[in-house]
Amino acid sequence: MLAMFFWAFVIGGLICVVGQLLFDVAKLTPAHTLSLFVVIGAVLGGFDLYEPLVNFAGAGATIPIVSFGNSLVNGAMMESEKHGLVGVLTGMFEITSSGISAAIVFGFIGALVFRPKG
Amino acid sequence: MSGKDKTTPIQDAYQELQGKHEIKRPIVKNCLKAFLVGGIFCIVGQAISYFYIYFFNFTEQTAGGPTTATMVFLALLMTGFGFYDRIGQFGGAGSAVPVTGFGNAVISAAIEHRTEGFVLGVGSNMFKLAGSVILFGVFSAFVVALIKTIYLMIGG
Repeated sequence: MLAMFFWAFVIGGLICVVGQLLFDVAKLTPAHTLSLFVVIGAVLGGFDLYEPLVNFAGAGATIPIVSFGNSLVNGAMMESEKHGLVGVLTGMFEITSSGISAAIVFGFIGALVFRPKG
Repeated sequence: MSGKDKTTPIQDAYQELQGKHEIKRPIVKNCLKAFLVGGIFCIVGQAISYFYIYFFNFTEQTAGGPTTATMVFLALLMTGFGFYDRIGQFGGAGSAVPVTGFGNAVISAAIEHRTEGFVLGVGSNMFKLAGSVILFGVFSAFVVALIKTIYLMIGG
């Protein structure tokens, strides 16, 4: 269990370092970097290359936004195995719905409760 | 930058001069900070997923959903109390890449635009920053999953 925390820290940290290098060296904006990350995650997911990293590093692989692309592909594939091509659309948010729903619900609660700063 | 903008020699010389005086970004220092902050977010995420596995009968595979939702909730608290901005200034990509950064993008846009009203302000601006992540994530996942499904159908 301690090893899992260690690898979560190291792998998660390294993914963020890649992001920082894209900010500083490639001079990409955060929006471009994060978009690139989800696309990379989707491609890695398509080749089943992201799941081994999740098994190895746990939250170190699932917390960075790269896993969003991977989960979208996995959700789409889960449904398409059951229902064929149409499953690609119906299953898209099967796994990621918690992140999107939480962002919408908590975003609205935030707007109700908090005042803009500065 | 498109290929059609031509620069004159004087502009080139200016660019060179500007480059010489531009403050260099401390890349190594920024990377260390990003590593530290991003790593800590992942440790918190790991602790939350163990919490769901041991107390709520989730498995390693299914714990991802509630963990993500909890991380976004933490992002709500940190964004609302103005703490996430400070983490962002220190951690750079370390605060943007984890899912809390996605939550922060949505939540801060929602809070910021509430003065314009709930429908035209909050509703239409909520995904102003995070929308591109969803668009490119969904579209690339669609293409990847479509190709993979057809490939599996043909019998690869």
